[in-house]
Amino acid sequence: MAQLSYRDAVSAGIAQEMLRDKRVVLLGEDSAAAGGVFKTTVGLFEQFGPTRVRDTPISELAILGAAMGAAMTGLRPIAEIMFSDFLACCWDYVANEIAKTRYMSDGQLEVPLVIRTANGAGSRFGAQHSQSVENWAMAIPGLKVVAPSNAADAKGLLAAAIRDPDPVIFFEHKSLLGNKCEVPDGEYVLPLGQAAVLREGGDATIIALAAMVPRALKAAETLAAEHGISATVIDLRCLVPLDTKTILAHSARTGRVFTVEENPRLCGWGAEVVSIIQEEAFSSLKGPIVRITTPHIPLPSADQLEDAVIPSVARIIADVRKALGK
Amino acid sequence: MSTTRIPEATRLALYRQMMEIRYCEKRAYDLFLQNLVKGTSHLALGQEAVAAGFGVAMNKDDYTFCTYRGHHHTLARGASMLSVLGELMGRQCGLMKGKGGSMHLTSVEHGVMGSYAIVGAHLPVAAGAAWSAQYRGTKQVATAFFGDGATNIGAFHEALNLACVWKLPVVFVCENNGYMEYTPIGSVTAVEHPAADRAASYGLPRILIDGNDADVVYQTACDAFDKARAGGGPSLIECLTYRHSGHSRADPGKYRPKGEVEEWMKKDPVVSYRVRLLEAGVAEVTLDEIDAAAMATLDEATEQAKASPLPEIASAYTDVFADGGAAWRN
Repeated sequence: MAQLSYRDAVSAGIAQEMLRDKRVVLLGEDSAAAGGVFKTTVGLFEQFGPTRVRDTPISELAILGAAMGAAMTGLRPIAEIMFSDFLACCWDYVANEIAKTRYMSDGQLEVPLVIRTANGAGSRFGAQHSQSVENWAMAIPGLKVVAPSNAADAKGLLAAAIRDPDPVIFFEHKSLLGNKCEVPDGEYVLPLGQAAVLREGGDATIIALAAMVPRALKAAETLAAEHGISATVIDLRCLVPLDTKTILAHSARTGRVFTVEENPRLCGWGAEVVSIIQEEAFSSLKGPIVRITTPHIPLPSADQLEDAVIPSVARIIADVRKALGK
Repeated sequence: MSTTRIPEATRLALYRQMMEIRYCEKRAYDLFLQNLVKGTSHLALGQEAVAAGFGVAMNKDDYTFCTYRGHHHTLARGASMLSVLGELMGRQCGLMKGKGGSMHLTSVEHGVMGSYAIVGAHLPVAAGAAWSAQYRGTKQVATAFFGDGATNIGAFHEALNLACVWKLPVVFVCENNGYMEYTPIGSVTAVEHPAADRAASYGLPRILIDGNDADVVYQTACDAFDKARAGGGPSLIECLTYRHSGHSRADPGKYRPKGEVEEWMKKDPVVSYRVRLLEAGVAEVTLDEIDAAAMATLDEATEQAKASPLPEIASAYTDVFADGGAAWRN
């Protein structure tokens, strides 16, 4: 075990898979020689050379299109879209081409690739470089959607995504890149579609994703220490496949459920999670499920404004206390 | 360009391919009228020489990427008329058993890596397949066929640039039939020749050919494939041709000026090639036999497709994911 940052765990996960499988190649803007604008691919160009780690022009259509063509013909590409906001530029490939090709071809073609992208707020970049768009990806049949919350998961889930025979969108959260934790040395692969239960408590179940996970954990600690509320915290890790077994079991145990979502309110991932819980665990609920989300607004740039709209530890604590009347 | 040395066997293959496409496309139209083909369909009547010329020039393991107007390219790689008509009719015998339809014909065993219905989307995908061939060290070439309208979309330019920078074994073939859907291409494009006039932007030679001349198309295709296999990188080829029918099933093509269709009918690629072969000394009976064999295959395919069962409803829920199913949750 070594302490690794989230960003170093990303490159460690990629290196692990590139060493293991010659079909794995990487392409993106500034991803090769420069090591990525977020320094998540540092060292790969030097280790694996320019035929496997390639810089591209600023051409999001060409990046995803080329990755798709390569994936259909025997390679395992990792394509980087620098900011997840830019997925809008190449959404045709995500929504119409990559996700649907296996189905439309009646299984003749497969598209085993990973789209890595930097997601989320915290960098004060404003409305076009800070969005959380995991809910966009979740809405498309045929995609798997992964969003790790810590360095160890980043390595293990990325390795799994690269090995997966289906297309995976892998959201790396910008505000987590510097966070360090113990990351297993050597080959490390986590299964996709398995949520992590990070702490257990009997009063509330808090379901979170990516950067909202450390906030939910911190809120749970304060709720326990200062307000007598003992909460379970679930890190979903993946939106597709969705670990509804874990969600339903822990929702039923406490009967009070909260989602903490960085995506804007309407059609955020929590809406689907809540819908499943109320359909399948209604009789176990002791009160309304509460969604704690970013409001339905474009993200502002100034730090005090951005901090005010993204769910904070204080807001999670306040909303849970209010709902539970404590 | 010398096309006189094309062997007779190859020329007969070109003729056979064009006849099969011509008959099959006409039959597809008849089947619409009988309401046996649902949805939409985009016929390639008049554009047969492009498909035949490239299809015959390809190696078996080369990749074809085509558009929603892709019946001709799919047939030209050897997919059966039964599998194509069956897909148009939504039958179990169809190439994708009714899950793709006319606009998404795919036959991987014949190198047809999909038909793409978002204009221009497949050009970068073809570049990616060429990248894969380059990386794996095969001599495969990827060819993307597209209409003149696709030259005004971003993906065209992104694909051309990337393919040239990476020197990929990919051939971009513009079938310029004069119209982007219902609008004359010239009225919405900054240059006269939408593909050829842009070649210089990517450091490529300007290639503008008669897309209704199967010999010329075949020879141009061979040259482009040779260049790509030798590591010389991509080619961009503009083939001048004409769509005999409207854009799609819904379009009678009434926006075309008087006399234009008649002028192009005089340059019908199938009729003119037959005349050329006869002038070159091919016996008429040889061509008649090819015609008859194509029609016999088509008639049999049509009857078999009509008799083919409809897909099982359960198949709508298969092959979303690699495990064969559609499950997004546990």
